[in-house]
Amino acid sequence: MANGIMVVAETSGGSVAPITTEVLGAARRVADQMGQPVQAALLGSGVEGLAKDLIAHGADQVYVVDDPLLEKYSNDGYTAAMQKVVAQADPAAVLGGQTDVGRDLIPRLAFRLGSTAAMDCLNVMAQDGKVMVERPCYGGNARAIHSFNTSPVLATIRSKAQDPLPRDDSRQGQVTKVDAGLDASAIRDKIVAHEEVAEEGIRLEDAEVIVAGGRGIGSAEGFAILEELAKVLGGAVGATRAACDNGWRPVSEQIGLTGKIVGPTLYFAVGISGASQHMAGCSGAKTIVAINKDPEAIVFKSSRFGIVDDYKKVMPALLEACKKLKA
Amino acid sequence: MALNMIVCVKQVPDPEAPASAFKVDEAAKRVIPAGGVAQVVSQFDGIAVEAALRIKDALGDGKITIISMGPASARDAIKHGLAMGADEGVLLCDDAFENGDSYTTALALAKAIEKIGEYDLVLFGRQATDWDAGTTGSGVAEMLGIPSVTLAKSVTVKDGKIAVERVLLEGYDTIEAPLPAAVTISNELGEPRYPKLQQIMQAARKQVTTWTAADLGLDASQVGRQAVRLNLERLFQPVSEVECEVIEGETPEETAQKLAQRLREEKIL
Ligand SMILES: Cc1cc2nc3c(=O)[nH]c(=O)nc-3n(C[C@H](O)[C@H](O)[C@H](O)COP(=O)(O)OP(=O)(O)OC[C@H]3O[C@@H](n4cnc5c(N)ncnc54)[C@H](O)[C@@H]3O)c2cc1C
Repeated sequence: MANGIMVVAETSGGSVAPITTEVLGAARRVADQMGQPVQAALLGSGVEGLAKDLIAHGADQVYVVDDPLLEKYSNDGYTAAMQKVVAQADPAAVLGGQTDVGRDLIPRLAFRLGSTAAMDCLNVMAQDGKVMVERPCYGGNARAIHSFNTSPVLATIRSKAQDPLPRDDSRQGQVTKVDAGLDASAIRDKIVAHEEVAEEGIRLEDAEVIVAGGRGIGSAEGFAILEELAKVLGGAVGATRAACDNGWRPVSEQIGLTGKIVGPTLYFAVGISGASQHMAGCSGAKTIVAINKDPEAIVFKSSRFGIVDDYKKVMPALLEACKKLKA
Repeated sequence: MALNMIVCVKQVPDPEAPASAFKVDEAAKRVIPAGGVAQVVSQFDGIAVEAALRIKDALGDGKITIISMGPASARDAIKHGLAMGADEGVLLCDDAFENGDSYTTALALAKAIEKIGEYDLVLFGRQATDWDAGTTGSGVAEMLGIPSVTLAKSVTVKDGKIAVERVLLEGYDTIEAPLPAAVTISNELGEPRYPKLQQIMQAARKQVTTWTAADLGLDASQVGRQAVRLNLERLFQPVSEVECEVIEGETPEETAQKLAQRLREEKIL
């Protein structure tokens, strides 16, 4: 009988990735409701030392596959290793983050196990002894709640959708090493180069204030005033797909369904209509302020404050007002 | 080398239709088709056709087959790909396919690809713009037993291998894999070409074959509602609970001042 909520752990810069602590938090809550343990799968090369951190973040049992062939991510290598771990642990659910790795690995693993996966979930819950997931669909216009007819449940969880548990180093857990018996010749996809697009200043995901602009800004130059406001407020600039497609901003600044998911305290949506695919990326913001010349713009429906005017008139005045406030 | 490429496309309601046109029938757990909302090729799938055409242009040779599973109207989605420059189309159309999930869809597509027989590269959009599931490409790859690379912003073919630039949250990876392989395409690849009138007329003469579940050696218990892994328990529209406070003033300065003050009062700034 399948038992346990398994989290596929990811590392970043030599420690447990923040998204993994969030997924562990979600797993812990569901597992406690169901009276099941939380398991973590830790894959990589030279990663075993992080098992204790996963335990401190909520895992009861950590399955470690430490293999030089897993030093870099590959779909073939990681899927094969996860298949071994799942066979050994027999979990009721396997949860990953909606990350570079999760969105590639979890679906492939799901199909290998004869199932499919629910991607980009906002919530995982236990209901009538079953694990259920909630995910956005139709570009954020709708939400679906799914259960699975097959076991295990496989899903990824959106970043910032779930709270991590506070780290507790007194937590106890078990570490099990798994030999995945990987064969180098069976790993067909290989990463041969990696390019980091370094963001200047504050990362969008970490920013407390984001000043985002859309098609309404009209040009690359138009963003200068948004940049100034972001600087004064110690924040970052974001953009809609329309602004990125026009080449006004780099794609790394795109926020939304196919861009970044952000959760700042304050989000300025300037010259942005509020399409569901854009709002999907910023609905985690605590306060949204919309500046749009169209009073009917749908963005006002999800905003706490609104100004109906041309941004060219409002933004210079807002910059001055914020400067005064910060002085 | 004449490369055989297959592009899987889905027909969806226009995702850029106004949000006000979007309604869910919660009891029936489905989206109510809105009058006036066009059925279009899912955005990323159109870009996947573009990716195939760019490879064909670069190699100076190749054959592109478009497959779509869907109702009879999905023939239009195939015709669109043919008008863009693809060579042949296959429509998988059968009542038995209805109300499936990405598992049953991947199964039907994989069987169709095996029936076509010759394939080097299978392309997909990164996710369909209705359910946004983002799993079908990986599923077909797994069922065919071929390597998969997701979220491509470029694909090049050389010496029996693909090189894919894969979009990451920060930057990108270059990934190589041997053919045959499956790749899902992201919007960073660029805009799909728009068919010219003459191409649309030519496409009318291109062949679209229709296959049923039985043609693929599948019966109703393997595809469609009876075979789903994923159960839809509930479908609903999220309601936003925020009440928008519209800030007004005699001048932009006054309005801005008031907003700054409100943000301060609420301890946001
Ligand atoms: C599958 C899919 C995925 C997508 N993913 C994303 C995504 O990740 N991120 C994303 O952003 N979009 C995404 N989109 C696109 C999305 O649907 C919208 O098309 C896009 O967000 C619109 O951008 P916008 O608000 O900048 O432009 P528009 O919708 O054109 O809005 C411009 C707004 O600016 C206002 N305006 C114009 N001039 C001024 C002025 N002088 N002062 C003040 N206001 C002004 C207008 O009133 C209007 O409301 C996706 C779409 C699809 C189909």
